Amino acid sequence: MNLLIFIIQLLLVTAISPLCTGIIKKIKAHLQNRHGASVFQPYYDIWKLLHKDEVISKDASFIFRLAPFIIFAVTVFVGFSIPLFTSFSNIFQVSNILVIIYTLAIGTFFLALAGLDSGSPMGGFGSSREMTVSALAEGGFIFSLLTVSLINHSTDLFTIASANLFNFSQPFLPIILAFSGFLIVLLAETARFPFDNPATHLELTMIHESMILEYSGKRLALMEWAASNKLVIFIALGTNLFFPLGLASEATLVAILIGLLAFVIKIIIFSVAIASLESSLAKFRFFRLPDLLLSALIINAVAIALIF
Amino acid sequence: MFSIFLKIFKTPDNVITLSSNEIDQKAVVTTLKELEVKIKQLFHGSLAIRQVDSGSDNATEQELVALSNSFYDIERFGIHFVASPRHADMLLITGPLTRNMAKAVKRAYEATPSPKVVVTVGDDAENGGIWQGSYAVSDGINNILPVHYHIPGDPPSPTAILSSLLKILKAIDPKTLNS
Amino acid sequence: MLAFIISPAGFLIIPTLFIIGGLGSLFFKQNDHLANLWISTIAMLASLWGLFFSLLFILFGQELVFSFAPTSFPLLSLSFHIDLLAGFFVFIISLISIFCSLYGLGYLTHFYKKYNIAVFGFFFNFFLGSLFLVVTASNAVFFLIAWEIMSVASYFMVVYDRHDKNNIKAGLLYLIMTYVGTAFIILAFLLLYKYTNSFEFAEIKNQLVLVPNYIKDLVFVFTLIGFGTKAGIIPLHIWLPDAHPAAPTQVSAIMSGVMIKSGIYMMIRLFMDILQPIPLWWGVTILVIGIISSLLGVLYALTEHDIKRLLAYHSIENIGIILLGLGSALIFYTLNLPELALLGLIAALFHTVNHAIFKSLLFLSAGSVINAMHTRNMEEYGGLIKYMPQTALFFLIGSMAISALPPFNGFFSEWLIFQTLFQGITELNSVWHLLFIVAVGSLALTGGLALACFVKAFGAIFLARPRSVEVLHAKESPLSMRLAMGGLSLMAIIFGLFSGTVIIILEKVSTSLTAFSAITSPLSVSASQKITIIPDFGTVSAPIIFITLGALVLIILFLVKSVIYKKQTVKIGRTWDCGSDLDSRMEITATGFARSIVVIFKGILKPSLQQKVEYHDADSRFLQKSRTVTMQMGDVYYTYFYNPLYKIVNGLSLRVRKIQNGNINAYISYIFGALIVALFSVL
Repeated sequence: MNLLIFIIQLLLVTAISPLCTGIIKKIKAHLQNRHGASVFQPYYDIWKLLHKDEVISKDASFIFRLAPFIIFAVTVFVGFSIPLFTSFSNIFQVSNILVIIYTLAIGTFFLALAGLDSGSPMGGFGSSREMTVSALAEGGFIFSLLTVSLINHSTDLFTIASANLFNFSQPFLPIILAFSGFLIVLLAETARFPFDNPATHLELTMIHESMILEYSGKRLALMEWAASNKLVIFIALGTNLFFPLGLASEATLVAILIGLLAFVIKIIIFSVAIASLESSLAKFRFFRLPDLLLSALIINAVAIALIF
Repeated sequence: MFSIFLKIFKTPDNVITLSSNEIDQKAVVTTLKELEVKIKQLFHGSLAIRQVDSGSDNATEQELVALSNSFYDIERFGIHFVASPRHADMLLITGPLTRNMAKAVKRAYEATPSPKVVVTVGDDAENGGIWQGSYAVSDGINNILPVHYHIPGDPPSPTAILSSLLKILKAIDPKTLNS
Repeated sequence: MLAFIISPAGFLIIPTLFIIGGLGSLFFKQNDHLANLWISTIAMLASLWGLFFSLLFILFGQELVFSFAPTSFPLLSLSFHIDLLAGFFVFIISLISIFCSLYGLGYLTHFYKKYNIAVFGFFFNFFLGSLFLVVTASNAVFFLIAWEIMSVASYFMVVYDRHDKNNIKAGLLYLIMTYVGTAFIILAFLLLYKYTNSFEFAEIKNQLVLVPNYIKDLVFVFTLIGFGTKAGIIPLHIWLPDAHPAAPTQVSAIMSGVMIKSGIYMMIRLFMDILQPIPLWWGVTILVIGIISSLLGVLYALTEHDIKRLLAYHSIENIGIILLGLGSALIFYTLNLPELALLGLIAALFHTVNHAIFKSLLFLSAGSVINAMHTRNMEEYGGLIKYMPQTALFFLIGSMAISALPPFNGFFSEWLIFQTLFQGITELNSVWHLLFIVAVGSLALTGGLALACFVKAFGAIFLARPRSVEVLHAKESPLSMRLAMGGLSLMAIIFGLFSGTVIIILEKVSTSLTAFSAITSPLSVSASQKITIIPDFGTVSAPIIFITLGALVLIILFLVKSVIYKKQTVKIGRTWDCGSDLDSRMEITATGFARSIVVIFKGILKPSLQQKVEYHDADSRFLQKSRTVTMQMGDVYYTYFYNPLYKIVNGLSLRVRKIQNGNINAYISYIFGALIVALFSVL
């Protein structure tokens, strides 16, 4: 049983993230009165890309070649270090909030460098915008996770996730405020509306997409997979830290199954929310984004101040 | 915001279905030899198309844009349009290849990773169309690139383009046709 | 043998070696190459000895107190007091000096035939020797002598490259600011002398009750200004971005990595050790200064396109972070939470040593690039990763370390500082925890902005296509320079991987201060290098992160490359730019990269844009030949702080000068008046 939990914890995020992206695209398609691709389409895309050749620019260096592996490894690492469907499977004991945040920052660092590496104008601008958004979002990110960790007196994610929601002993308002701040950070870091349009073809409006314009074949597959992983990671953090429901607390088969089912339901809820948001909002002008991010920072700071 | 959602749920489903008869009858011209089955199977589940305009009059582009709307809905076959030729499997080239765009189209072809398919759409892409012989055009894409398939029409309707693409791929699961 | 090394004689070998090195290099005035060899070898030997001394001292030694009291100067006694804190700073100085001296072997060839290497060696060795004396001196006069030697020697090295007028100006500004600071320090020590009647630090500490509280506050303000000028806190930092770039690279590295830490060392010594007990507002002031310095430092760094100025501003930012740790330690100690104060001090000391390592590494790699390119302007670099791959790798490691990315050392010290601030939020009552919330916010923002700045720096220097013709002639640096940079990169990795061991050592160092003599530490380090803070508040384990991440990258590389679709071919082609002709103007520049952030923070930075256009035909003004866009920052400090100060001081001096009117009769009446006053005061 423990071995099973170990394997599922290692592979769950990586295995389920293309499905999450597929669900979002499917819901968006239906909201546009289309049928859209099947929910498993991202799997087919990744499989096809893994079997294609590559073209690499002659201006690119080892950073360009190495970055997708590092970025993907980082998302897999964070994926199995956070509470997904249990509150005790802390396999490598590395689930401190600062470790998670700064390990994700390694991914951002190499992504921005890869965008700069081939010397394409679109990649360079994408890197500039990505670093601006990411620099401002990091404050909100740390604060929102700090709120829940201060409420639970621990910066370890699994300890926070094992809090009992129905105790009602936790202060309600700070959690709600921190959660709304966290939602803004989620949209910023996973390149969703109103920060970035993941389906755009206009390079002038791209942030995340423009940095991967030069990638092809296997490396592109890894970059797209890493982006989906990041989305699932943020969804998992958002639900399991702020509203820890349905997490298995002992290693019985029933609890594991409930945990997995709860995880899938959480992903579906978030996907519906994100898809509806993307279908009803327009992408913000770039210089409106700092206002949004700094207000996330302030909401979270107020949330912390309200705990005491 | 809620009025949008209300409107969404009230609009009926209006996707056009294609029958396999329609697809088989489409007049797709094979300029080079047929693609290997291996490649067709690779692109069976997912095809990424990059559209290159080599100086056309935008008629074909309008039809290609219409492929992504709710009537024709090209995405349900796993085909999607991408922004960069590095992400693409198929280059869909329109226009009679004006001299100013010759270098750019060649570079787009070289930027696409193999295995790749080149499909020209519209009569002017095959032999210059109504601009044939003009000093500003090079009379067809096959002068500089190896073109695998050609979809005739001036411009071809979205149904024609869609059916032609499916015929090119030809290994489509019949279930998705009736979806 | 061990007893000899950690004895007073063992310590005194270090300054002796440096004096020999300094004086001896003057004999090599004729032969540049021999001078270079002599300087670097002696400096490396002395630093190696210092390294052994400090390591063995920290592990096995106790306090060393010894002095030489020459009878002709009653107030001056060459007394040394080396406790574990001083030993730790000796360790930092030695570690950085070894690598910087090694670097100098290859770097000084740049200056052969242009300047006098022997004179450089003289100042370099005295500079390094005085650094060791500054952290171990225990008599205020002796300390000031060592401090002066340090300042003067570094001044001469800042203006060493004297053919560039900017360096001379930078040196002058540095000299003025240092002396202003030293004046305040002298004032502070004189005030302490008046009440405790001694210049010895140990005596002052024992007699501290004789000093009234308002004098202690005055001493705090003066020493904060004095040592703050050396450390580079805002607004006393204006000399740093000019002086650090002007000096030769290994001197910049030592100044930035080690010399500004001597200011931090004296702040710890005074506020944590000698002047205890202290009121609360001292710690609050230092925390606020830390917040301001870190945020403003990184914002100014983002606007720079001169590579060494960018690194100098990052030094200001990291000093701010160290002061965050120190300030919170002081606050906790005053509020009767000594365990948390210990945590804060350990965090500050850890960040001190980490910053020394990665800042020196960054400066040395920057110097290597400047050596090859003969310009400091980042906008003229580009694509250097193909010509200088090893320098690029070392700069990458330095960038990852300073941006606090795991598993390098910067992450673990910032982790500790974060945990200290988190403890402040939980443990303190309502007013002060708001301050700590602001501190956490500023540290988070600083971390993000520093990451953006180093993406910009690394990208503009090494990536993409060359932006100027000189890049094509760039060559990799000589072996000694590469060895030095490689050694420092290895240190960055080792200090990250074994951060648990480093924390145990720092705990031992901090508990040697009398303030912490009987405190149990809130940190515990397990056998497998896992660091835990106050059971279950936070844990981190450096080896697990390192091994897991590394293994994952290798596994994924293996799986993707060798298992899935082995027969993939990779073709080399052109960068995709929509089919047009590529040239170097299409890449993003460093200024363009940071422009978004500068515009967002334009209230603080006050940017201004200047465009210069050159036309082929000046009359018709139709076809442009070239176009230059320069983005400059508004200067807040000179306009609002230094210029008004200068005007006041100048105005006062002009008025006072009227006394010297050249009239003999007036002078005689002054003497008469002074006699009358003296007679009255005696009677």
